[in-house]
Amino acid sequence: MMQPLDAVAAIGRGTLGAVRHAGAIALFGATGLSHLVRPPFYGRIFLGVFLEFAFFSLPVVALTAVFSGAVIALQSYTGFSRFNAESAIAGVVVLSVVRELGPVLAGLMVAGRMGAAMAAEIGTMRVTDQIDALGTLSTNPMKYLVTPRLLAGVLALPLLVVVADILGVAGGFLVSTAKLGFSPASYLSNTLQILTTNDVVAGLAKAGVFGFLIALMGCYHGYNSRGGAQGVGAATTGAVVAASILILMFDYVLTELFFAR
Amino acid sequence: MTEPKIKIRGLSKAFGDKQVLDGIDLDVMPGTSTVVIGGSGSGKSVLLKCILGLIEPDSGSIEVDGQDILGLPRQARERVNAGIGMLFQAGALFDSLPVWENVAFGLLAQQKSTRAEARSRAGEVLAQVGLDPSVGDLSPAELSGGMQKRVGLARAIAAQPGILFFDEPTTGLDPIMGAVIDGLIVDCVKRLGSTAIAITHDMASATRIGDRAAMLFRGRLVWQGEAAALLDSGNPMVDQFTHGRRDGPIQMELRR
Repeated sequence: MMQPLDAVAAIGRGTLGAVRHAGAIALFGATGLSHLVRPPFYGRIFLGVFLEFAFFSLPVVALTAVFSGAVIALQSYTGFSRFNAESAIAGVVVLSVVRELGPVLAGLMVAGRMGAAMAAEIGTMRVTDQIDALGTLSTNPMKYLVTPRLLAGVLALPLLVVVADILGVAGGFLVSTAKLGFSPASYLSNTLQILTTNDVVAGLAKAGVFGFLIALMGCYHGYNSRGGAQGVGAATTGAVVAASILILMFDYVLTELFFAR
Repeated sequence: MTEPKIKIRGLSKAFGDKQVLDGIDLDVMPGTSTVVIGGSGSGKSVLLKCILGLIEPDSGSIEVDGQDILGLPRQARERVNAGIGMLFQAGALFDSLPVWENVAFGLLAQQKSTRAEARSRAGEVLAQVGLDPSVGDLSPAELSGGMQKRVGLARAIAAQPGILFFDEPTTGLDPIMGAVIDGLIVDCVKRLGSTAIAITHDMASATRIGDRAAMLFRGRLVWQGEAAALLDSGNPMVDQFTHGRRDGPIQMELRR
């Protein structure tokens, strides 16, 4: 029969495990970043990952942004028309997209795409001894595999979010003008009136943090995968789930930081 | 008296409650090849990984050229590793890179040559292991198992290391290809004048590659001697192992 203290012990073990895990991830990320200022830097690896991150993720991010902007315009119209507040739709669309949906949805989409790809690639390298082989060939695996990916994540996601912001607003604009009867000129004027530099910068800063988290989770789970195909599969799932949850958690923290009064 | 190239004393390593290496003492003399035999899970790969710094032992010392390499700072450790080439059991070729870049990886990493020079050197080394330099443009996934082993060997010897490690070099190959790989290993070791350690359970391979041999059982070295004496060592454990007898002092445990 379970004693009351057993439950306390289980909670304690779980807490210690979570803290140990968080510490290991933080140390892993710090080690990866520390190699940015210690040569050599693997520019070719960085460019390859950056291209994969920024360019090949464009279609999925673009489609997500367009339809999200369009849906916000439609939903806002449904609600705001009850209070004769249709003129606020342009502002709602642009602020939602630039402050929240652009970075968060791009982050979640890229976490599914790049986080999984990184975890699978590095995990496969782990279970086939390729990471050990790097160590025997005068190459620090953290510097070769992790550092370029972290940097690529930080730099690539803000670029994707710029595209997502523009296309998200464009999606709202299209629905508002083609379906809801807004004048294109007044819609754009309202959009530009309400948007501030702070909104854009905050959204891009969020994107940089999310890009780092995606790369960190992909690399960490791949690097620490164990076993064969099952281990790589678990690493891939873990990377996507962890990155998605962290994106939503950090979104709240950064929103508090940037916008709470 | 000549000092050993690699000198191991009291090396121990446990994973949880499983003692994988238990007080290993081993000397490997310069320019010689030592073969370590033993059953699966006897600690052979862990021994090599400890020397390479991929696994940190619990206790003991490992000296290379008289220098204790355990606990060396990272850069000093990397300098030691730069003098070691390793052929991994499954090749461990980088599948994101073409064959030539795999072969020249160490040269490029050590910044010993430009990419053009490394490309040319990779072609030379591929020829040394019996592969056409045009193979350099292929991806590792396009190669057969035997070709992958040759490329792995080419990568191990490309930087002309003073020490070579071979982890199960003939596993998964047919007997003829196994003999070919063994021949290439012996040629490479002789040409470079390197000191080699090979781990294997292939007795034909062990006698072809090794000058000296040692047997690991439950983390301990239970026998050391000339490789030529492997099949007739007089040690009951070695005899049982090398002749593949079911009965003898070694009893297979179903679960440890």
